[in-house]
Amino acid sequence: MGELIMTQHTFVLGIETSCDETAASVVRDGTQILSNVVSSQIESHKRFGGVVPEIASRHHVEQVTYVVEEALVQAGLTIKEIDAIAVTEGPGLVGALIIGVNAAKAIAFAHNIPLVGVHHIAGHIYANRLVKEMKFPLLSLVVSGGHTELVYMKEHGSFEVIGETRDDAAGEAYDKVARTLGLPYPGGPHIDRLAQEGKPSVKLPRAWLEEGSYDFSFSGLKSSVINTLHNAEQRGEEIDPKDLAASFQESVIEVLVTKAERAVKEYKAEQLLLAGGVAANKGLRQRLEETFGDAGSIELIIPPLSLCTDNAAMIAAAGTISFEQGKRSGYALNANPGLELI
Amino acid sequence: MNVLVIDTSNFPLSIAVMNEQAVVAETLINSKKNHSIQAMPAIEALLQSVDLQPKDLDRIVVAKGPGSYTGVRIGVTLAKTLAWTLDIPVVGVSSLASLTGAGRYFDGLVCPVFDARRGQVYTGLYAFKDQQLTEVKEDVNILMETWLDQLAEMNEKVLFTGKDTAVFWELIQSKLGDRAIQSVVTEQVPRASEIGLIGMSMEPGNTHDVVPNYIRLAEAEAKWLERQQGERHE
Ligand SMILES: [Zn+2]
Repeated sequence: MGELIMTQHTFVLGIETSCDETAASVVRDGTQILSNVVSSQIESHKRFGGVVPEIASRHHVEQVTYVVEEALVQAGLTIKEIDAIAVTEGPGLVGALIIGVNAAKAIAFAHNIPLVGVHHIAGHIYANRLVKEMKFPLLSLVVSGGHTELVYMKEHGSFEVIGETRDDAAGEAYDKVARTLGLPYPGGPHIDRLAQEGKPSVKLPRAWLEEGSYDFSFSGLKSSVINTLHNAEQRGEEIDPKDLAASFQESVIEVLVTKAERAVKEYKAEQLLLAGGVAANKGLRQRLEETFGDAGSIELIIPPLSLCTDNAAMIAAAGTISFEQGKRSGYALNANPGLELI
Repeated sequence: MNVLVIDTSNFPLSIAVMNEQAVVAETLINSKKNHSIQAMPAIEALLQSVDLQPKDLDRIVVAKGPGSYTGVRIGVTLAKTLAWTLDIPVVGVSSLASLTGAGRYFDGLVCPVFDARRGQVYTGLYAFKDQQLTEVKEDVNILMETWLDQLAEMNEKVLFTGKDTAVFWELIQSKLGDRAIQSVVTEQVPRASEIGLIGMSMEPGNTHDVVPNYIRLAEAEAKWLERQQGERHE
């Protein structure tokens, strides 16, 4: 008989319920996905034109045990083989977060398994580690429905927000512009699709803010799109929605990519990670690839679409680091809708 | 049979550990606290105080509503997740039933009341037959005035329980006069053991499918349905 080599793996169960996806996942060693189950409620919320918090919470309580069970079954593990449970504690919708947090606490308590609360954005950033090992220092461009941030990491588990939006998140601006153009919810993907077909021929502003600032602002751009449409209407002119979408997208992407490029230089980053739901945006992906592609000294990581939108594998990945660094949450862990990334 | 009972459906927190012979331990915290923070540590402390481990539990009973939407969800989430992961049955029982104990030896009907704002209540009508709780009228969300008119027609004595009866007491008396009786302060609080007693003998269903009984639709859903109906009539 050959020599039996025992390798010690770390298995983390992740649970994510911060918005309208009920998700659970098992990740090995913080890098390999064994299962990644997402039960989306998008069909339920479509008729309301956005996520209704009470309805999201109702779905989560109906789905949560099904989803966690499926994650364990697909991973081929029993709960006894899980080393830690990671759950999104914030930010997000409080009533929705509460379901994941309490389900996680119940499992942790029942089997005396360590529990770690995870910041949702830390999760989005760590989705990248499921694609490629992180190299520090790094920068992450986080773009989602609720967030637009540039985050600097000098090592695992350390986050410094060097720039953030002062008003609307990029994803929010996408949804509002989409609504103005009469596109269905969620509007982001529709704008992206239209933009691919149009030309950025409409003059729209770029909000650079003060010299040296890494902050963002998209509310002025959003108003400008609305005004442009309104004025054209009054003059009886037609603006091609494809061109307007392309112009809007061009403005958003130019600001995001230019600021990311400057930050990468200043912070001497080894990697640039794209994170958050808007990372699914084709236009943004293309521009980042053109800018940072194979040419430079920096490595660009863009996770596949399934890891950009909300999922629990990213929470398990981020939770693995917290667990390995000895961080623990008690059974008084609560949903924290305004949790800061630190 | 070791039964863990959880009631977080309104602002009191009530937890019990019981078996067929006895209520082994019971927690009642009748002050506004956050169940999402407090319930799990309270369950841990209660089990610890009677030297029980989670694996020693044989069944979970939970107050499934009506009540505060978030409150009910916290209890149901804890209960069904514990039951699922420990592979034991779970049953949901009306949250109103936890306020019926005061009527066990009362010759008449028992009416637990939760204030649901704007003159509305969550309520139901119960009676004890041979000390066994029976449902006379299903739990409802209704204008208290309409509900009391229905009770007045029944011509029976009614014992009102729950702290929210105080909010409506004048109205209750004006409708039912002497036939209305108000429970005293020690019987105004939910007792997890009351629903534990009911849930202990209930046939459990699929754990995953234990969900809150909100009685009401989510507001957005109700408005959406209204709009749909409006459009159909146009
Ligand atoms: Zn997200």
